[in-house]
Amino acid sequence: MKGVYDVAVIGAGPAGLAAATVAAQHALATVVLDEQATPGGQIYRALTTCSASRRAIIGDDYARGTAVIDAFRQSGATYVPDATVWATQRRDDGCWEIGVSHGPPAARNVRFVAARAVILATGALERPFPVPGWTLPGVMTAGAAQVLLKSSGIVGKGRIVLAGTGPLLWLLASQYLDAGVEVAALLDTTPHSRRWRALPGAWEFVRSPYFARAVALVRSVRRRVRVVGGVSALAASGPGRIETVQFDAAGGTHALRADLLLLHQGVVPDINLGRAMGCAYRWNDAHACFEPVVDAWGGTTLAGVFVAGDGAGIAGADAAQARGHLAALAVANALGRIDARARDAAAMAPRAELRRALRGRAFLDTLQRPADTYRIPRGDTIVCRCEEVTAQQVIDAVKAGAPGPNQVKAFLRCGMGPCQGRCCGLTVTELVACERKVSPSEVGYFRLRWPVKPITLGEAASIGTSAEAMRAVVRDSPH
Amino acid sequence: MFRRLPDPGALPVPGVPVSLDGVPVMARAGDSVAAVLLMAGRLACGKAPVSGAPRGPFCLMGACFDCVVTIDGAPKRQGCLVTVAPGMRIETGRKAR
Repeated sequence: MKGVYDVAVIGAGPAGLAAATVAAQHALATVVLDEQATPGGQIYRALTTCSASRRAIIGDDYARGTAVIDAFRQSGATYVPDATVWATQRRDDGCWEIGVSHGPPAARNVRFVAARAVILATGALERPFPVPGWTLPGVMTAGAAQVLLKSSGIVGKGRIVLAGTGPLLWLLASQYLDAGVEVAALLDTTPHSRRWRALPGAWEFVRSPYFARAVALVRSVRRRVRVVGGVSALAASGPGRIETVQFDAAGGTHALRADLLLLHQGVVPDINLGRAMGCAYRWNDAHACFEPVVDAWGGTTLAGVFVAGDGAGIAGADAAQARGHLAALAVANALGRIDARARDAAAMAPRAELRRALRGRAFLDTLQRPADTYRIPRGDTIVCRCEEVTAQQVIDAVKAGAPGPNQVKAFLRCGMGPCQGRCCGLTVTELVACERKVSPSEVGYFRLRWPVKPITLGEAASIGTSAEAMRAVVRDSPH
Repeated sequence: MFRRLPDPGALPVPGVPVSLDGVPVMARAGDSVAAVLLMAGRLACGKAPVSGAPRGPFCLMGACFDCVVTIDGAPKRQGCLVTVAPGMRIETGRKAR
């Protein structure tokens, strides 16, 4: 890592890799800060170390990531793995200073990286799925199961139940089945009513690249696994770890024994870093999540700060790659490497790719918007995993006068734990909005502050201090 | 519970000796600490800070902090974000704050 880069890219999924590659190709000094150990993000995770037989199980969409990773490796951009970004600050000279926690577990230290522009490519998180028992050991996310499969070839064992909605759930089922893993049941929580709402987008979907794949995927899973549709009142229980999954379907209440419950109800933009920086965000009601306010290049409301990929709104890997490309072109233009005409000409291919990637998504997004009851829980269901705050406690806080998430946080510590709202933020916003009968947009989100990822006092102490900074805070000792 | 898929035709992946709560465990190169826990059948690796209820790896992508363990003496490390290294000491049983 060196003094000042032209552009710092945070995250190394398809958006970050494409952005860094294009930036480096335009002779911009580029650094990629990646929390993971190898490039690829979650979608192409561990692709570079994955064996052929495992790749065959994970599927063609995974293997396609090789091209974007190879291009990145040849681009000349600097890659910093195992790097956790916990703060950014604009310096007086206009550069962004980025605090990075780095190093082996017992000897982590803090370094600062400076850059003229920042491209946030932090991707998506799985949407919170607050159902009774979701904190029990043995209840994990479908994304977690995919991480284990991609990184280590590890799969579940025993009675495995998948539950929720969204393409990833079906993809995981298919991958497990292809790997010879028995899946006891797939509980589909997609409400029947969504099918009718999604209908207006159906024609675009049929014409999209997703249609054939989605139909084949669902068919192949249905042939091999018990799929239960219209599942409501999903809950996990068991002393100490999951033992039973209960749910309502077809007018009755059912229970399944389970050793592992894998939950998933779509993904939402990871907004912690951009919010802490001060980028403006707005509520997207169709997707039921917050998204950054960005222009056609991914430029945020802060000069020199761009968001590319799913962090700018969920659109998948191909769209992420295209948006990374576009953001890099905008940075190259802003830093004087190319004029506006060259930028626009170079943008034609990624824009066409982006249009293609977005076609048909409206149908999927509408179909898979999770049911209200799975986004806005009731009773003693835990909302905030870190501080173990329940839905009823949040509702009571609102009744007691808390108008938004920040007051709920002050009342209950909800969102104040180490995950900093990543697992409860959307739930709290929607719970408060529902209780107050106003829109989530009006309610807003947790105010996020540095550090966006916890650092130890030891790491903080490793930050060098200038004599000037010391003079600013040290008082002369009293006589 | 979890198991590792057989990997016919692949080059042998080097074993990485680590210790889990003092017991020697053989991990594989590229495994995360959280993967080591799960392969050892440890669905839980700590306690929730308020109720003391057992908790274990949940998201495996650095978001949830339910897989925090002590690694080489450093407390509260996210197990899913740390790749194993030879001789690594992993200790479960996160204390309440």
